[in-house]
Parts: sequence; structure tokens; C-alpha cells
Amino acid sequence: MSQCIKIIHYKAGNIASVTHALSRLGVQAGLATSPDHLKGTDKLIFPGVGHAKPAMEVLRQTGMNEAIRNYRNPVLGICLGMQLMAEASEEGPMEGLGIFPGSIKRFSDEVKVPHMGWNSLHELSSPLFKGVNEGSHVYFVHSYYLPVSQFAVASCEYATRFTASIAKDNFFGVQFHPEKSGTTGALILKNFLAL
Amino acid sequence: MNRDNNHTPLKRCSMLTKRIIPCLDIKHGRTVKGVSFTSLQDAGDPVELAARYSENGADELTLLDITATLEGRSTFLKVVEEVAAAVSIPFTVGGGISTERQVELLLSRGADKVSVNTAAIIDPSLIDRLASAFGNQCIVVAIDARFTGSKWEVMSHAGTKGTGKIAIQWAKEVYHRGAGEILLTSFTADGSRQGFSLDITKDVSCSVNIPVIASGGAGKPGHFLDVFTKGQADAALAAGIFHYGVVSIARVKAYLAKNGISVR
Repeated sequence: MSQCIKIIHYKAGNIASVTHALSRLGVQAGLATSPDHLKGTDKLIFPGVGHAKPAMEVLRQTGMNEAIRNYRNPVLGICLGMQLMAEASEEGPMEGLGIFPGSIKRFSDEVKVPHMGWNSLHELSSPLFKGVNEGSHVYFVHSYYLPVSQFAVASCEYATRFTASIAKDNFFGVQFHPEKSGTTGALILKNFLAL
Repeated sequence: MNRDNNHTPLKRCSMLTKRIIPCLDIKHGRTVKGVSFTSLQDAGDPVELAARYSENGADELTLLDITATLEGRSTFLKVVEEVAAAVSIPFTVGGGISTERQVELLLSRGADKVSVNTAAIIDPSLIDRLASAFGNQCIVVAIDARFTGSKWEVMSHAGTKGTGKIAIQWAKEVYHRGAGEILLTSFTADGSRQGFSLDITKDVSCSVNIPVIASGGAGKPGHFLDVFTKGQADAALAAGIFHYGVVSIARVKAYLAKNGISVR
């Protein structure tokens, strides 16, 4: 049975990479720019790069903020997408969607910012990571992070231990870029599609 | 020389791995410089070569457009699109980028980062504009530097013109203007295969708080170890030695791992 997968398109996502990654898995994803585009969809992917505040503005203007919050099928937030699903962010500062508890913080200047490159995943505990080994490397590019909480399903370390992945109800988030993380990333996306 | 216990302590301890980045020079949609992957059907095809490097352990790729013509530019866009579809690791594109519109096109075709060089030297505010429009994580500033005997001078126009700028000062400026990463190429070492220019790499890496990719001079695995320890680089880029099969990415990484460097 083929699923209807849509990628939330709100000017802050690098949608080409996500579209290509899904296409390599045999899935042709559509784009969703307004709440009515979510009708009849089975899953959503919520990507994002760039600055949190203007991204959140676009979501508010289009009503997508409420639409995402009220969505009942699986949602996967990637990078900024995941961060916008938290309560708030130091970037801006601004209020987020409040789906995940906790507030986004900036990495301290003790380390180079952005955290850019391949880092390892630990404390894996979600069907998203079925078949993924502890210590597997995935690609990160971010200057802000979500501290670990009870909802973290993977952690990573860069000056501090932070949330590499989070899950609550039907909402999932990954701080890294599965669409750019080689075979490991492809497996994680495949696991999301299989939820 | 005993390298085992005498590494310069890495300034910032983390699990983040050091990146190895092959660079493909592309002219009229074809890779230039010889390539010795005998198993490739078409060694000049950048898409096939990019896919091969990705399978062989490259952490990222850099595609450099060395065509100057408009027709070349549109061919390059097509290459970017095809590489994005084929390869599941990040890649940076560069070569002649001077406008927001060019960056928008390249990113929309699936490039992850863009690198700017001469245009940023001519108009440094380009860096601020690009960083604010697209996010600093995708803006790489390429700095070509040459040792004049007394100082490291920034070169423009593909290394053909001296600018009078001091490399370290330019690096600090691009960092403050919002660059997300610096690609530092030593024109003094480039092509020599005698090793990276360690001093300037370390000076740049320690004076900015963004990742620095070292480029120019790689000839053997030990050179990569040196540039990550003594040079304090976050990533290293090479073209010739990988293309000509002097050494494979896997061998470089095995050597680094054996010497205590965290690699993927």
C-alpha cells in the first residue's frame, strides 16, 4: 500500500535533499505549504535550515503551526524542524510549537560553532533506530541544541550531551540530517516510513 | 619521529570526527584531472565519481566549477542536481559565485553549502548578505593564501592575483561577517604533495570559532595526521592524490584511526 508522504515547505527547509533521499527509497513525496495540504496524508516530514525566528513567523502566518500541533499521524522534524517543535529557543529568542518539552540553547564558545560533521549516536531507544548500531555516525550541522530530557531517544556529545533524537506520541525529531547521513540515514528514514 | 604520544592536544575534545573531503574540478560538466578508478565506466562523469567517493568513505564532497562561461554555468547546475539525487552525503559547490540568486539556484538544486572566494574579496558584505539570507551554516568562505617570505597573503582570481590582505586578518573578518566555515588553501603547498601548510592552518583554525578545512599539499596519510594534530584543522580536502589513486580515503582513515584521530 503506498503512503501519502508530504514535506512541509515553508521557505526554511532544504527540501531538495529530503525529496532526493525519499526518492532513493522509492517514495515520491509531495509538498505541503498550507494546512489543507495535510488532509489525507499518512506522514509528514518537517525539515529546516537557517534561522528559527523567521521560520516560525512563516509557520504562524500560514497557520501551519496549529496544523502541525494538531496532526495525529507520524511527523518527523529534521534539524531546525525538530527545534521548532520544542517549547522555546534562545535563537530569536522565540516561542516554539511546544510539542517537546525543553528549550533550545546555543552551544558555548568553548567549541566551534556550528557543530558541523559526522558525530556518533548513543542511547538509542526508538523504532526509528531499528537496525542502527550504538555509535553509528550521522551528519550534523547546527549551532543550537535541545538538552536531553526523558523524551530523548538518542543522544550525542559536543561539549555537552544533547538530544540527537526525540519522540513523544506521534511526533519524532532528529537533530542530525538523515537525508545526508549515507546508509545509516537512509535506514532511519526507512524506519520512519515503516512506523 | 615519534608521533604516538606527542600530538598537540586537541583544543576541544569531542566525539566529532575529522572529515576527509575529495574535491572535483568540473569543466563543461566533466571532471578534469586524471582519475585512476579503473572500475569507473566513465572517469570524467562527476556524478559517477561523486557516488564512488561517497561509497568509499568520503565525509563530504566539494564540486568546483572551473568553467567561466554562462553555458558552463547551466551545465554545472545540472551536475549539481544529478549529484544531489545520487549521493547521500553533504556537498559544497563553488566557483564564480557572486550573487544571492546564484546561491539560491545552487541550494534549490540540492547543494548543501556554497563557497565564495573572489566575489567576497571584492565585496565583503556579500558574506553578511548570504549568511543572513541562507543561514551561516551553508556559507563557506574559500581563502587562497600564499607565503610571500614574510607573510601569508590572500590571493584572488583562482590564485592569480595578490590582494595585499593578510590571511589571518581576512579569516577573522569573514568569521565576524557570518561565514559558517573556512576552506583554507595554501597555494604554497598546493600540488606539492609535501604536506599541508601547518602553521597557517593552525593560526587560522585557532583564531576563528568556526570549522576550518585545510587544503593543498596532501601527499600521504601522515600529512592528514599532521594537519589534524599540529594544524588543528577540522577537515582536510584533497584532489590529486585521491583522483590519481596515490592513496585511498580508506587508507587515510585507517591510518588516522590507528593514530588516535576520530574518523567515521
